[in-house]
Parts: sequence; structure tokens; C-alpha cells
Amino acid sequence: MNIKDILQTMDYGNAPESPDLALEWLAQHKNKMSHFINGDWHSGKNHFASNNPASGERLAQVSQADKNTVNQAVKAAEKALPGWQALSGHARSEYLYAIARLIQKNSRLFAVLETLDNGKPIRESRDIDVPLAIRHFYHHAGWAQLLDTEFPDHEAIGVVGQIIPWNFPLLMLAWKIAPALATGNTIVIKPAEFTSLTALLFAEICQQAGLPKGVLNVVTGDGSTGQHIVEHPDIKKIAFTGSTAVGRWIRQATAGSGKKLSLELGGKSAFIVCADADLDAAVEGVVDAIWFNQGQVCCAGSRLLVQEAVAERFHKKLISRMHKLRIGDPLDKSIDMGAIIDPRQQQKIASLVQAGVDAGACLNQSTAELPSSGCFYPPTLLTDVSPSDQVVQDEIFGPVLVSMTFRTPSEAVALANNSRYGLAASIWSENINMAMHLAPLVQAGIVWINCTNMMDAAAGFGGVKESGFGREGGKEGLYEYLTLKINTKTQKDKDKAANKQAAKSIEPVQGMDKTPKMYIGGKQVRPDGGYSYAIHNSKGQIITHAGLGNRKDVRNAVEAAATSHSWSHMNAYQRQQVMYFMAENLSYRKAEFATRLESFGHSKKQAETEVESSIQRLSYYAAWCDKFDGQIHSVPMRGVVMAMHEPIGVIAIQCPDEAPLLSFISLLAPAIAMGNRVVMTASEAFPLSALDFYQVLNTSDVPAGTVNIISGNRLELTKPLAGHMNVDAIWAFGSDAQWVEHESATNLKRSWTQNSHRDWLNINQGQGQEFLRRATQVKNIWTPYGE
Amino acid sequence: MTIERNPGMDLNLDWIESIQVNKSAIERRAQSLGARRSVKKQHQAAWLLKAITLIDLTTLAGDDTELRVKRLCAKAKKPIRHDLVTALGIEDLHLTTGAICVYHDMLTTAANALKGTDIHLAAVSTGFPAGLTPLHLKIEEIKESVKAGADEIDIVITRKHVFSENWSALYDEVKAYREACGQAHMKTILSTGEISTLRNVAKASMVCMMAGADFIKTSTGKESVNATLPVSLTMIRQIREYQERTGYKVGYKPAGGISKAKDALVYLSMMKEELGDDWLQPDLFRFGASSLLGDIERQLEHHITGHYSAAHRHAIG
Repeated sequence: MNIKDILQTMDYGNAPESPDLALEWLAQHKNKMSHFINGDWHSGKNHFASNNPASGERLAQVSQADKNTVNQAVKAAEKALPGWQALSGHARSEYLYAIARLIQKNSRLFAVLETLDNGKPIRESRDIDVPLAIRHFYHHAGWAQLLDTEFPDHEAIGVVGQIIPWNFPLLMLAWKIAPALATGNTIVIKPAEFTSLTALLFAEICQQAGLPKGVLNVVTGDGSTGQHIVEHPDIKKIAFTGSTAVGRWIRQATAGSGKKLSLELGGKSAFIVCADADLDAAVEGVVDAIWFNQGQVCCAGSRLLVQEAVAERFHKKLISRMHKLRIGDPLDKSIDMGAIIDPRQQQKIASLVQAGVDAGACLNQSTAELPSSGCFYPPTLLTDVSPSDQVVQDEIFGPVLVSMTFRTPSEAVALANNSRYGLAASIWSENINMAMHLAPLVQAGIVWINCTNMMDAAAGFGGVKESGFGREGGKEGLYEYLTLKINTKTQKDKDKAANKQAAKSIEPVQGMDKTPKMYIGGKQVRPDGGYSYAIHNSKGQIITHAGLGNRKDVRNAVEAAATSHSWSHMNAYQRQQVMYFMAENLSYRKAEFATRLESFGHSKKQAETEVESSIQRLSYYAAWCDKFDGQIHSVPMRGVVMAMHEPIGVIAIQCPDEAPLLSFISLLAPAIAMGNRVVMTASEAFPLSALDFYQVLNTSDVPAGTVNIISGNRLELTKPLAGHMNVDAIWAFGSDAQWVEHESATNLKRSWTQNSHRDWLNINQGQGQEFLRRATQVKNIWTPYGE
Repeated sequence: MTIERNPGMDLNLDWIESIQVNKSAIERRAQSLGARRSVKKQHQAAWLLKAITLIDLTTLAGDDTELRVKRLCAKAKKPIRHDLVTALGIEDLHLTTGAICVYHDMLTTAANALKGTDIHLAAVSTGFPAGLTPLHLKIEEIKESVKAGADEIDIVITRKHVFSENWSALYDEVKAYREACGQAHMKTILSTGEISTLRNVAKASMVCMMAGADFIKTSTGKESVNATLPVSLTMIRQIREYQERTGYKVGYKPAGGISKAKDALVYLSMMKEELGDDWLQPDLFRFGASSLLGDIERQLEHHITGHYSAAHRHAIG
């Protein structure tokens, strides 16, 4: 084409970024990649191809790590652990800083290699992925420095296993590795089998940075390698980003193992456009939401919700914008959308879209010509869909947007929350009242107001509901790689002794004066099954019976908690007043509660101390009601990111047998202080103190359904509670960790299991911010401003 | 391409009321524009030549003289060195800048100098740059300039009408100017650096188009902040809105602050992406610039020779 022709057409032409240096790097490795273990390269076996999705050509061969290889990597990480932890925070920060500098120095090589391997446009890898990865290491170099003074009660977990996805290979690696290193853990990481190359380049960078041997180990391979990591007994924590299905399997596979877990899973995030939004800006937001990285983004705004008044105009603008997107060679600097990762993914996208069309959706698709070879899919908008359609419910993980309309703000919230997922949401309105009204109401870990897909190392990223749990980035993200130093000792023997006392059928009663009932929805209720079980005193004599709860009692209690919103709608000050009132009312009944404790074998003094501590504990959490503040994160943006502590919702709490009143209060109080509703399972052996507590609740203005108390056989009650889809979190203090964690995978509820004994009277163990963190989740609300 | 001239319309305050502008989102889009598109080699040369045809080569200084203006007109007629023209193989295109832009006093000189060319002659008017002279004098000034040979009139709006949101006063004023222009095309300068917020910029843009503007233009070049990408995005999105609602295409002229060839390329890709290829033609897009041409010439020489060029190798205007 000569200049005169171009002057007529005014085409962009080609602007290719050269792949040469990246290909040269691969050639230096003879296009056959190794594992990085103990600071050295291990050639491995069972190689498989890693292809360029834009051309289908093979870039390199990558080795499949087997169990043995994973073992070696874990051993290396274990061996490196003491030395790494012994370093000062400052010394660790220097390594992180050096890594950041080295990525920066090789930034274009990383970007080109990423684009070759993943198919994403070079603009994105160059301007987004790589700079954000660098930023993550710089940010966490700072945390390494500050760790000792900012987290004096915490320590590293140990060897962590990290499994990352193919959509942001280097960035997800950075999100995983930077906080783990900063906090003093050692690492075995597995990149996705489609995209291992930048992880190996990164390992090389770490070699150059002089990172001690074994601190970072990179093993490549497919899901089976991941399985070896997940199941490895010496790995203390698994951090996973990927599909909800695999996340659920990991939750089940690690159940009862004591492994800490953070899961960043799928999403179907709502993109809400109000009638008073800057529509042109919102259109551009949609481009960044769903046509970024070919829509292969877990937090992609894939469900568009437009207010009816502007829906037609907005769709028109959006479709016209969609047709301007340029799809093609990802190495071309003028390309908006590159290649889909793999033909199987492309087929999955195509078949889901077809299913949508078959179900009656109206298909709007870019007519831009796609490259003749390679793996591409056009930008797509499906209108005329409804919440009952599969395309609206399922994560498509491709450049496919579904659009629905709403009439009122509350309808927007209802539609947005009508999903198993809860990763992110984007809200567009020029009315600050509207935006700040909607942000707390949408169920999501991240809310972007008048922006979308904004990420930064200083702000936590992560979801609610089946989008997983845990946060990456920000102070909140560091807790995922830390554990409290408190002394704990196992109490398995004690549990056994306690469990022996439980029984299932009616036994003779001696001198019993009353039957404690369960407490559901603000009322005392008899067990659904009509059975009771005997409660013994310390001498083994039966003193009374308690209701033997079954799954229907669980159902009723959860229903009562789930539908009772008034507690969560009260402000912190109001909750605080009620909790002080509870403490006051318990104090009136001191003698009564102490006598009950004495019947379990407490000495008078012990009993009085436990009651007194319980009153103090209620006051302690009443005090915290309006003080467990969120944060404003310092991200590089003109605006604010508010990290809000939100209640989790309905928490099922299984109380331990030790200190039956105080442990009950110590678990109940932080949960309700933060605005949750609870279903409490009383200690099986000593349920009476908990069951007696309804009197305090009834007299303290606690709204019905806020606190529900059931009794019975712990194991019988665990299964329906842990598996209940309307329970958002479960705290199991006792011996049911494996069951609880396995069943919690049904809806990926947050689980907190404790097999070890806590000294509830000790304020370092029995109370503290750890309880408040467990009772809340962080929602990061991004609000750019400026006029 | 013939563009049907915007006849204007009745003032519709509902449209003005409904305008929303999110500054942060506009800035993000503006920031990514330059990174989203890249034109290289032959294409870059062609795009830079296109930019030359869009330039309103401007001198608006108190010390302007006839001889200075003649020199500028000569540059407009031969914007690039003859050997570069040959090397690019575009001799027969007889490339010129889009227009010459001067004060009224220089019109006769410029008109004579430009005789026999297609180069438009623009006069700044209506008490430029502050626009605070009596209305009847401003209208008279337009008529005088048209009589003196200007076929394009760059008017300034009364900024206080924007601050007081007195849209009907603004509308009436601009409409009166348009009538005074007659056949001459009218560019309305919003003075975006002074009216400050993007919301004001968007609303003033729409009012001016309703009043019959042929072009909307950012600034006088005399403000401390002139054309910026966020301001430009704001204005051209209103142009798009006006076209969607009325069918008429209005032109855009960023003025002041665009002095690099690279910036010109970003502007061109912005026009192409946001409005379409029609806005890559001088009928609908102009750069108000004085030093941009020099940088474009240097880049063209680099394209041809592979060596970075120097300013003194190219004729000044």
C-alpha cells in the first residue's frame, strides 16, 4: 500500500511488536523447559507442548511434574524455611525489592513472552499485567519491612502451595508469591499448563536476585501436579486461583488436614448502569469489563444491568462501540482483543452462546474479520435474556456479555445478587447517593464505582459466596499467609471424654424440674424429632434432658437467621447498646448462671469467674461494635478505595465443651457484634448454659432470629449445618474439622475449625481481633473522583 | 465528501440537562487512547501528511505584520520541503495546510497571498480572545471579516453565560453570530481552560451546536490550559450525540498545546475511534497549531532518511 492509498483509507496498518528476544530466550532453553527446584533447574520428564494460541504453533515443551518431583520441591521449601524465616523483615524486603527491579529491567521480555504464551494483546501485557506485577513486589517489599512491627502476634505459616491460572500468568504469580515471601513463607508454585513460561522466566529472575535456594520452587504440569501439591501433607497452606469446580474439590481434598486455604474462584459480576450515568463512559467501562483479556477474567463484568429508561440508547452505543474493536495478532500494538487460550475454551464459549441463542437470546456480534488461523472469538453481546437462562447464570469466561434491564435500584440489587457468585460489581451513576446506596447492597468482594477492573497491590482482591474466600493484596491479604503465635494444645483426649457423656435416648431422670428448650426465631421450641437426651452432672448423674436436634431443627434455625434482617440493618451504635444490655442482664442473673456451671463440676469460684468473664466478654465485643473500622487504601488513583468490614451473613457456630458458658459467649459475641446472625450449636455435653442464655436474649431487645440456639449430637447437626447453602460461614470448635470442611464445599462457605483447646479465660486466646476478622469480610469499594 | 451544513435547531434544555460527564472515566479513556493504537512506517507517514492538511496554521500575536503573515501563507502553500515531497511520491497531491488563521487586520494580506489556492482563510473574531466587547460591535466585526475575505470565522463565547448556566443567552449570542457569518463557516471557541469543568464543556458544546456551529473549538490559545485529550473526548462525544439526535455532523478543532507529531497521531486515532473516518477530513477536523507542522516535517524526514532531523532543516512559517 503506498502513501496515497493510505491517505484515502486512513487504515492503521500493522504495528507488530517483535517476538525475537522472547523466542531467543526460549531457544536458550532449547525450547524444553525444566522445573525450578532448590535454586536449580531439573529437566523433568513427560514433556508436553506449550502453544501460542494466536497461531497454534508450539513455543516450547514443558515438563509434567509427578509426585516425586513435587516431593522434591516441598522438601526444598521445607529446608529453606528456617533460614528464610530467620532473616529480618528488612533482609526479606531487599529480595522483594530486587525482584521488582529485575522484572522492571526485563519488562518487555516478560510482556512479549506473556503475549506469545497466552494470546493477550501486547498492550495489556505491557501496560497492565507486567506493571501491576512489578507494583505487587514493590508494595510487598514494604510489608516485609513492616511485618515485625505491624504484625507482632503473627508468624509465617510454613511451606505454601500455590496454583495459578492461565488468564494472568505473571500477574497471578506476583499476587501469590509477593505476599508469601514478604511474610516469611517458602513456596511451591505451579503455573497453569497452558502458560508456564513467564513463571520460569520469573524463576530465572529470582536466581539473579540471589533468592536463597528452595525459597521459591516452580513445578510445571497439569491438574495432576496440582493434586500432588494439594494433597501433600507437609504443605501448610494452599492458595488457588481458578474455577469454582476445582476450588470446591480443593476444599474437599484438604478437609481436616489443617491446611489454610484461600480461593479466588469464578464470577459473573454485575455491571450496573443507572439512567443518570455518563453513558459514553459506561460504554468504555464495558469494553474494559468484558472485552479485556478476551473476557477471560474472573472479575469480568459479564452481566450488564441497564436501567430501562436508557437501555435502548445504551445498547445502541455499546453495539456501535463493539464493532470498532480490533481483533487479531496479539503482538500487534493496535489490537484490542487477542486469542482465546485454547481451542477447547473457544468451543466452550461458542456452545454456551449457541445455547443462549437457542433459548431465545438476541445475538449481537462483532463482524470484524477474525484471523484465519489461531484461536479467536468475536466480541459478543446477548440481549433479550433473563435470569433463568444458562448464559446469565454460568460463567462463560470469554468475550460474551449478557444484558438485562432494571426499573428501580432495588431491582438492580435483586438482579445483581441473583447469582451463586460474588466476586465484583461495577456501578455507574453520576449521583453519589445512588452509587453509595448500591455499593454496600451488592454482594461482592470488590465494587467499582464509575470504573471497572481496577486492581492494585494496596487493595485486597477476592470474593464472597461461591467466588471463594481470602483476599490478595492490601493488609487484608497478608493475613492469608500468617498465623497467630498463640499457644495451642490439642485436646483430643478431653473431647473423647466429653463425647462419652452424650447419649441418644431417654434415660431416667432424677429430680428434674424443667426441660430446657431450643431457641429459634425468638421463641423457645421443642425438638422437631421429639427426642431428648440426658445431661449429666459431674458425678455422672442425670440432671435433666435437652432437646435432641435434627436436620429439621437446623433447617428452621437457619431459616430464622437468614430471614431476620433487622439485626444486620441496625447500625453499630444500636448493636452496641443491645450488647451492653445483654451484659447487664447477664450480670443480673450471675448467681443463676454460676449455679448451672457448678452443676457441671465447676467449683464455686471457677463458676463465678466464668460468669464474670462472660459478662466482660460481652462488653468487650460491645465495645468493638463501632470500632472495628475499615481502611482507606492508598492506591495510585485520584479517588478513594474504601476497605469496608462487612458481616458475612449467617454464621453457624458449634461450641466446644470446655468453659460452656464462656466459650459460647466468646463465639456468639464477635459474630453478632459485627452484624451477623447466628445459629449456635450448644456444647453437646454441657448445653444448659447456652440454652439458659435465651432468657438474656429475650430481655435484651435482641431481634428475633438474630441468635438461634440448638442442642443435640454434634455430628448429627454438623452435616446439615456445614452443607446448608444458606449458611455463609461455619465455625466448628470441637472435633469435626474434616466433616465440616468437606461439607462446607457445597456453597464454599467460610469455615473456621479448631481441634485444639483454647483457654477461654485467657484474653490472649479467648478474645481478640482474630474473631472479628473471622466475623467479617472486606469489601473494597473503588471510587475515583474529580470534576 | 460534502458535508451538509449544520443548520442548528431550537434550544432544547432537556438535552442539556441530561448531559453527564464523568471526569475520571474520560481521563482513563484519554490515557489509554495513545496506547491502544499505533501507526508505523508508511502508515505513519501517510497519517502525518493527513495531519498537515488539517492544520489551521495560525498566528495571533500583537506583533504580527503583513510580511510575517505573507511568510506564514507561503508555508501553508508549501508545508513540506520539496525533496521530501518527491521522496514521498506525492507531488501531484499539492498538499497544503487546511487554513490560515489570523486577526481581522491581516485578512487582506492573507487573502492576497492565498489567491488561487484551496486554503481556507479564518479570522478570529467577536472581541477575541476575551469576547467582552459590545455585542453589536462583535456582530459587526464578523461581517467586516467576511467582507475582507474570511470564509471561516472563529468566534469566542461569553464565558459568564456558562458560569451562570444561562444557556438561552449563550444560544442567542451564538445564533446571532452564525447569522452574521452568512456563508462563512463558524467555529465556536469555548475557552475550555476557563469554563473549567468537563460538564460545562459538554453543555456549552451542545448549546453551540444547537445554535448552528459548524465547528466547536477548544480554546483561544491564550488560556493557561488549552486543548487536552480529556476536553477533546468530552467535546467530540457531544458531537456524536448531536449527530445521533439530529443527523448533522459538526466539526472539531482542538487549538493550542498540540505541538508534537505523536500527539497529532493520537488525536487522529481518537477521531477515528470515537467519531469515524469522516472526521479525518478538513471539513470536520482541524488542528489549531503553529509549531506542530515543524515537528511533523522532522518526523517525515526521519521516515525517509532513517536519520533524526533538526528544526533548522525545514522552512519556518
